[in-house]
Amino acid sequence: MLYARLIASRLIKAVIVLFMIIIFNFFLIQMAPGDPAAILAGEAGATDAEFLRQLTERFGLDQPLHVQLWRYVSGVAMLDFGFSYRQQVPVLDLILARLPATLLLTGTAFVLSLVLGIVAGSLAAARVKKPSGSIIMALALVFYATPLFWVALMAVVLFSVYLDWLPAYGMYTVGAGLEGFAFALDVGKHLILPATTLALFFMAIYTRMTRASMLEAAQQDFVKTARAKGLKNSVIQRRHILRNALLPIITLAGLQAGQMVGGAILTETVFAWPGIGRLMFEALQQRDYNLLLGIFFFSAALVIVFNIITDLVYRLADPRIKEAS
Amino acid sequence: MKTPLAIAITATAISASSAFAQEPKQGGIIDTIIQPEPPGLVLGMIQNAPTRTVAGNIYEGLLRYSTDLEPMPQLAESWEVSDDGRTWTFHLREDVSWHDGEPFTAEDVVFSADVFHRELNPSARAVLQHVESIEATDDHTVVFTLEKPFGPFLISFEAGTFTMVPKHIYEGTEFRDNEANNHPIGTGPFKFENWDRGTVIQLVKNEDYYEEDLPYLDGINWHIIPDGASRAVAYENGTVDVLPYGTVENFDIPRLTELDNTCVTEAGHEYFSPFAMLWMNNREGPTADKRFRQAVMYAMDREFARNVLWNGLGKVPLGAFGSNARFQNEELAPYDHDPERARELLDEMGYDGEEVRLLPLPYGETWTRWAEAVQQNLKEVGINVRTEATDVGGWNQRLGDWDYDLAFTYLYQYGDPALGISRTYLSSNIQKGSPWNNVEGYENEKVDELFNQAATAYPDEEREALYHEVQEILQEDVPVGWLLELGFPTIYRCDVKNLVTSGVGVNDGFKDAWLDR
Repeated sequence: MLYARLIASRLIKAVIVLFMIIIFNFFLIQMAPGDPAAILAGEAGATDAEFLRQLTERFGLDQPLHVQLWRYVSGVAMLDFGFSYRQQVPVLDLILARLPATLLLTGTAFVLSLVLGIVAGSLAAARVKKPSGSIIMALALVFYATPLFWVALMAVVLFSVYLDWLPAYGMYTVGAGLEGFAFALDVGKHLILPATTLALFFMAIYTRMTRASMLEAAQQDFVKTARAKGLKNSVIQRRHILRNALLPIITLAGLQAGQMVGGAILTETVFAWPGIGRLMFEALQQRDYNLLLGIFFFSAALVIVFNIITDLVYRLADPRIKEAS
Repeated sequence: MKTPLAIAITATAISASSAFAQEPKQGGIIDTIIQPEPPGLVLGMIQNAPTRTVAGNIYEGLLRYSTDLEPMPQLAESWEVSDDGRTWTFHLREDVSWHDGEPFTAEDVVFSADVFHRELNPSARAVLQHVESIEATDDHTVVFTLEKPFGPFLISFEAGTFTMVPKHIYEGTEFRDNEANNHPIGTGPFKFENWDRGTVIQLVKNEDYYEEDLPYLDGINWHIIPDGASRAVAYENGTVDVLPYGTVENFDIPRLTELDNTCVTEAGHEYFSPFAMLWMNNREGPTADKRFRQAVMYAMDREFARNVLWNGLGKVPLGAFGSNARFQNEELAPYDHDPERARELLDEMGYDGEEVRLLPLPYGETWTRWAEAVQQNLKEVGINVRTEATDVGGWNQRLGDWDYDLAFTYLYQYGDPALGISRTYLSSNIQKGSPWNNVEGYENEKVDELFNQAATAYPDEEREALYHEVQEILQEDVPVGWLLELGFPTIYRCDVKNLVTSGVGVNDGFKDAWLDR
């Protein structure tokens, strides 16, 4: 019951925030230099006045700003995001077609980085004065500091060009005509490099975060009590220290999850992964406003959804929060 | 100076001619790359380069053009012109059908030209404004009547400019919203199969193609790979066999061409003859002074740009007309690299070191480096240059608003001065909002008059005299800087045979290609 009320109030707030984001995005894009008709005309390589006039009229760019805004907002309210200027396809179709690929990539990277990061962080915390702990932390630092696109390119050079173990780009083998399990396996192979590359950075952050907050929790009195009770060290690490160290990790995971739609531009570009990040980057270059606004909307909506989920998970992880609210 | 790559290309050309002796083999699918991903595939509705390159295999025009830009039959078997140069009659092939099985007739030609292109296609409109009427006199004969003779008329029927589209699909519909745009129907050697956006565009063999035995290939996969280094890897590890123009950065080209079983060709761009230019704002600032613009021409080391940045490909142009263009005046005095002369001209005009802004073309690393090289050349003669980087959208807008002093660009020449060259210099073409017209703001009544006369003069000897005169004026006035006639290499495995067979070969090449495997 308490949860239902909580969720309801959160959802109402979310709708208001989303509405403000829509309006803000609309004006933000209006301020960018370069209008879509001019760019489309430029791309065509040849233009005359008639061509420019047709484009402006077709996209409604000849209307006053408040009319454009009203059209947009009332459209979005009915989940109509308009047409992509450049591709002449409904924006929603374009986004939905790309969404699964992105979620597969970022979702895999999310789980991978979270699990491995927490495991590595716990190990490093348990071996704080041993060489193995230092090695984990040194690696984490390296992954944290190395630019993502460079790691990606090096991974391609090593695993695709020299060793020829994994495909260098794409989401599946074009022209192979695979189906069912064989297709899934093929996609899985293509997924390894981009997902690992994307996961490395967050894994490094989780590792450092987990270690730091576990070391802090280890200083607490209840840990001493647990040791005095004669509990096994592994149980203390897992049940007493890790669980108390989880809150900052959940916060971070919530942030990462919120970025799942638009957060993989570089990885998607280097590995030619057909996801939303690339779509967004291309839309930006083309000043394909409707498409860009559509992607912004989905990204914003996802951030809001994951904020709500994070709040709920806090309550599961730490019952004290429920009482406080 | 010939660089190793330029030599490699010559060698390829020789071995390619001997390959004709072999009997073509049927079958095989070719993997290549398209960069960037095209916005759509309906030629005529969209004319940008990637659309032309992919859809040039789906759609066809009435004519094709050889690498010397001589017209060759395609959908039109033969053609003739009346003595006054005003009436053109095209006889169509009778055995052509659309990909959906409907027959291709003269009605389709009339619809494409008179309705579809008049409404949608600015480059076709430039030709159609000279056309008084288009009539189908029977199922397979079309007659174009011109108001006046129009010099470039016969060179305008290339598939990308004057695409034949099916009347039975488009007539009476809102063209841009037609469902069929997602599944283009043409008459070409390949049919549209599938487009997985962001991954691949797949074409398959048109089994009912009207030319016997063609095409040899079973299909084409156009891979879409947004990162330049990844595209190079795709060729290196054998996933793709052909790297068309613009798919890899210039600095990667020498390395790739040294790989085993790799050939290079510069051919297939003759119709377009891409010409790199430096816009110079004729309206205000130092660039408004003719002597300043001449000084820029003398200051630039264009040979260096060609040899180092472009791997020795392309040609340093003499003046406004490229060497592939018809009616080039070869008598003009060239602008050699002469910094001393540049300094004299700047002294003469009293240049005070006022800053000029230079906009590089945002098309990748080569163009950025080129802008740096030009900036350095100009600094050497005392010109104070500041480079302002933009993205494509910003660049379009800055040029469309005339908000620049110097800016890089490149333009297609489309086989005839009246189509691809005069547009840069005619004062009637000064119009805000487009980066492709008379962006520099050059106005010269004599030049306008000569260009306009030459477009409709008849026969060619008269055109030649007029064009030679206009080139002399332009050479003196330097409305824009003439940088380089670009050479775009196509890199491919040597066992892909017969890849480029026409002057628009980059767009219609797979028709004759076959795999020797």
